[in-house]
This record gives sequence, structure tokens and C-alpha cells, in this order.
Amino acid sequence: MSDKKIRVLVAKPGLDGHDRGAKVVARALRDAGMEVVYTGIRQTPEMIAEAALQEDVDVIGLSILSGAHTTLFPRIVELLHAQGLDDVLIVAGGIIPDEDIPALNELGIHGIFGPGTSTESIVRFIHERVS
Amino acid sequence: MFDRDKLAALRARKRQWEQETLHPTLTKHPERKETFTTTSSEPVERLYTPLDVADLEYERDLGFPGETPYTRGIHATMHRGRLWTMRMFSGFGTAEETNARYKYLLDQGETGLSVAFDMPTLYGYDSDDPQALGEFGKCGVAVSSLADMEVLFDGIPVDRITTSMTINSPAAIIWAMYIVMAEKRGIPMAALGGTIQNDILKEYIAQKEFIFPPEPSMRLVVDTFEFGSRHLPRWNTISISGYHIREAGATAAQEMAFTLADGLEYVRWGVERGLDIDEFAPRLSFFFNSHNDFFEEIAKFRAARRIWAREMRETMGAQDPRSWLLRFHTQTAGCSLTAQQPENNIVRTAWQALAAVLGGTQSLHTNSMDEALALPSEYAVKVALRTQQLIAHESGVTNSVDPLAGSYLVESLTNRLEQEAYDYFAQIQALGGVIPALERGFFQREIAQAAYRYQMEIDRHQRAVVGVNKYVEDTPLHIPLLAIDPQGYERQVARLERLRRERDGEQVRTALEALRQAAQGCDNTMPYILDCVRAYATLGEITNVFRQVFGEYREPVLM
Repeated sequence: MSDKKIRVLVAKPGLDGHDRGAKVVARALRDAGMEVVYTGIRQTPEMIAEAALQEDVDVIGLSILSGAHTTLFPRIVELLHAQGLDDVLIVAGGIIPDEDIPALNELGIHGIFGPGTSTESIVRFIHERVS
Repeated sequence: MFDRDKLAALRARKRQWEQETLHPTLTKHPERKETFTTTSSEPVERLYTPLDVADLEYERDLGFPGETPYTRGIHATMHRGRLWTMRMFSGFGTAEETNARYKYLLDQGETGLSVAFDMPTLYGYDSDDPQALGEFGKCGVAVSSLADMEVLFDGIPVDRITTSMTINSPAAIIWAMYIVMAEKRGIPMAALGGTIQNDILKEYIAQKEFIFPPEPSMRLVVDTFEFGSRHLPRWNTISISGYHIREAGATAAQEMAFTLADGLEYVRWGVERGLDIDEFAPRLSFFFNSHNDFFEEIAKFRAARRIWAREMRETMGAQDPRSWLLRFHTQTAGCSLTAQQPENNIVRTAWQALAAVLGGTQSLHTNSMDEALALPSEYAVKVALRTQQLIAHESGVTNSVDPLAGSYLVESLTNRLEQEAYDYFAQIQALGGVIPALERGFFQREIAQAAYRYQMEIDRHQRAVVGVNKYVEDTPLHIPLLAIDPQGYERQVARLERLRRERDGEQVRTALEALRQAAQGCDNTMPYILDCVRAYATLGEITNVFRQVFGEYREPVLM
């Protein structure tokens, strides 16, 4: 593994203001030695894709609890691809029903962390895939 | 309350017990853990005795129910006289779907309504606004105009049932829609009872559904105080909320302290407007969380009542005893629910609800077992409502007022929480008050730290969560989840388009322009909002007037 720190963008798409999980995860990733940029709430897909490009991140963590992921995640992935950000690992957390997971996997979002996930397992997942 | 000599003797006796009985036991059978803590990570002692409440003075600190300092309850008879209102927070999809859910809940014995709005409505966007992309009906019901409000309450006797509405930044507008909906059915506003949450301060602190900057937002809140106290004497114009502060990760003490500090801030703003404190303070209400730690929660409710009565009476100078009463709604802790083994949530909710009842709540929402997964299904919400009905009618806890008073543990916790609240009041004051403190992220940082500590305790197995880090099962259990009508969005957009086509466009423009003038000046905005609503101006159109006049708030981004 290189010495370069893993750079992560933690973003909250959509309108919901439930930022408890996003902040806890952001802090846990930072404590695990990653460089974390937290966008704050109410980010549009465009704002997230732009921030990912500007910050040159390895990982994007999307947190959403409102249920709008089915609309917003495909849009975010589309914009990332349009900007050539094909190698960025995308993970997601929040209230995401099991039946939505296959479609998200299809989009290339593989780490989906629902309620009750330990922060350690998120850290491990990222380390395993970005090195 | 206790005799000095007897306390001294007891102290000696306790030391003797520690040496002769406790220590041999600990040597032979060590305790399960080094330290025992509450849900708020506060240490709890092994044993509480009169020594822990030695300074308690019955009349000063507890008194009698229905009298100052109201520690034991705001009514003389509490739940013997009248049970709490069983009010299930509910809303999803279109107004039609939610209306059907309300009728179902009322049929099942619910005694009050509580509206959950969807995200676009909470932010003052119409359902078809581009900002609302993907959010329609997801977290609650969409109400974009009076037309939706009419459907939402169709066939529901709003003159006899009270309605609570969880709406904050656009609270005045949604309230106006409710008032006009009733007006069109011939029900005068004075006859309406209910609550608008309208607590903008906790939005900046925790829930984050703010639109405008703090000062103009506070002006709108005071407009509703003034209007409500003059025209809707049965309406609670605010529900000062700790619930969301707690859900964001706060401790019990932070929840109570920040909420009461917010409450006092609203009172100051009302008084500065020139309102008589006793004109609006009796209509201030509160909303707390009931989390896992049974005794800590009960102590929190009791301490909150005592502090509010004292502050309103002694610091704020309210004369009317009704201004001293901390009346509150409770919701069990959504953040304590697990997606794993969801049926366990029925049990968690039951003891949280029991704590709220023992703490003297005026109304109660019990969460449904499936709420870590989705909005509640009809089956899940019925079980949750039945939980309240079981407590009310079978448990026996309603037979006596404040039955845990005098418990050395509960009284000691009540005192401790009270002290923690005053420590926070001093910190907030040192920062220049609630608004400067929130603009600097003080509350947000305190809450985020508590949330992180809580999660680390779970991750390190210092805090057990059944089904998550203890007694984990591999096979997930599936329960039927709520399905929302997939055609709802199209029908909502069609209704909005028809409304914009068929209403009197000139009347809408005139009403919106009059509102703009009022917002720019210092008139109370409520009468102007009511005129906009009567003309079927949409939520988005009315909110946009305020967006243009007041601007939009951006919070400090803190991790």
C-alpha cells in the first residue's frame, strides 16, 4: 500500500437534513487515517460531482435517509462518468431498502451500509478496495 | 426533607454495609462491568439512598401535582382525569393516501392527528419543483396548496379532533392552509385546536430544515404567536422540540437544556415584540424524545417541568400559572430502533412509551417496528398504537400521579439533569445567546461529539444493541413494508397544474404582492398569508415571496 492517504468525499444528496450518520462516518474515516471532505447537507447531484472532481477523491460516500436515492443516485453516477471519474469507489448509507440494492449494484455502487453497520466495517470495506 | 442526625447515622450505616456486606460480595462475585452508565454515557451508582437526595425539600422541589414547581405533573389528577392524547405521526404519498390512513387510525382508537409532511413541503417547494426531484411523498405527505389540505382532511371532524403538524420554516403557511380548509367548511378558526411545530431554532441546531436566516424566521414565529393568541385560543403556536436534537445524537441533558434554552429565547422574542407574556406563553408547548434509559428519561421530563416553571415565573416574570406549565408531547426514540430483528422494536418502544407516561406526558407517538426500514405499514402502526392502549388500560401505571416520586434514584437523576441544564444555560449565555451560539455551531458540535461517542461505544461493544452487536442473527427477518402508490406523483402534478390553470390568477398576484409588502415592512404576516392561501396560491409561491425578501440561510459545515 502506498503512503498516500485515501481521500473521501462524504456527501448528503437530497433534501433530508439527517446528518448524524454522515458526520459519524466522516469522523470515523478521518480517525482511521483518511482525508475526509464533508459537503454538508442538501447537495444536488451536480454539486456532488463537481466536489468529487475538485477534491480529487478516491471514494465518495453518499448518505441519504429520505428515500430519494432511487432518483438521485443514478443521476450522480451519470454525472461522475460524464466527468471521467470512472475509478472512484462509491459507497452509500442511510435508509435503503433491500429491494433497491440490486439496481444500485448495477450502477456500480457496491458498499451499501444500512442502519446498524459498524464504522469499522465501512473502514475495512474502503481499505480493501482502495489501495 | 431528611433529619440531619438520621442522615449522619445512615452515612455510617452505609459505610458499614459496604465493608461487611458489599465487599465480600464483590470479592466473590465481581460485577458484570467496571462502570455502569446511562444511555447518555453518564455513570450510574450501584445504590441510591436518602444520602443522594439529602438536600431535597419536598415543597420546594416536588410539591403537589398541578402546583408549582410542577415536578409531579401539570394537572392535579394527571392520567386519572384524562389519558394522554394518542397521536400517531403519520403521512406519506398523496393527500388521498394519508387521509385514508388517518381514518384507519381514528377507527383504531387514536385520539389526535399528527401530520408528517414530505421533504419538499418541509422546505416550501411545490411537488413539481426541480428541487423536489425524487422526494415526493417519501418522508410524509405532500401538501402544495389549500387543495391538498382539503383532500387531506376530507371527512375528518376538525372541529372535534386536534391536529398536530410537524412543519417549521413554512409553518405559518401550512397553518393558514389548515385554517382556510376549516373556514371553507364553516368552522371558525377560534374553534380549532392543535399544534404547529414551528420551532425554527432546533432546525438550525439539529433537524436542518431551515430556509431563511434566523432573525426573519423568528419574526414569522412571533407573528404566529401574536395571531394565535388573538384568534385561535385553543391552538399551540409552537412545539419547542428536543426530539430532533436527541435523534441527532444529543444526550438527555443536552436535549432538555437546548430545548428549554430555545423556549426561553422564543419568550424573549415575544416580549420584545411587545406581547404580554401571559397572552402567548400559555400556548407554548414542548416535544421530547423518550429514549432507552428508563429512569433517566423519566427524570428528564420531571426536571424539565421544574426548570420551566421556575424560569417562567422567576426569570421571565409570567404571572398566569398557565404560563408556567410545561405541556409536552413525546415520541419514542426513532434512533434506538434497529433494522435487524425489527420485532424487537415493539419491546423497545413499549418501555420508552411507559417512561413517557410515568414522566407525565400530555400526548404520545409510539414508533412502529418497521421504522428503521421504511414508513410504517398499517399493521406495524396498529401494533404501535395498541402499545399505548395497553399501557393506558392494562398496566395500572395511570392509577396514581407521578408514581416514581421519592425514588432516591429518580430524584437524584432529576436533580442531576437540572444541574446539567443550568450548566449549559451558562455556556449558551457566555456565547451571547441561542442564535449566536448556533451560528457558531456550538450546539451542533456538542451533539456531533455525543453521537460519535455513542457510535464508538456500540462499535467497541461497550454498549449492547440487541440484534446489532449482540444476539446477532444471520438470516434477515422480512416483514411486510408499506408500498406507496407509484402513480401518486403524476396525480399530484396533474392536480397542481389544474389548480394553477383554474384559479383566479389576478387574485393570486394581488395577494402575493400584498404579502411581499407586509414581509418588507413590519405588519404581522399571518392575515396576508391567509389571503394568499384563500386565492389558492401554492406553498412554493408563498414561500418564494419570503425567500426573495429574507434570503436563504447557509449553515456552517462542521464535521
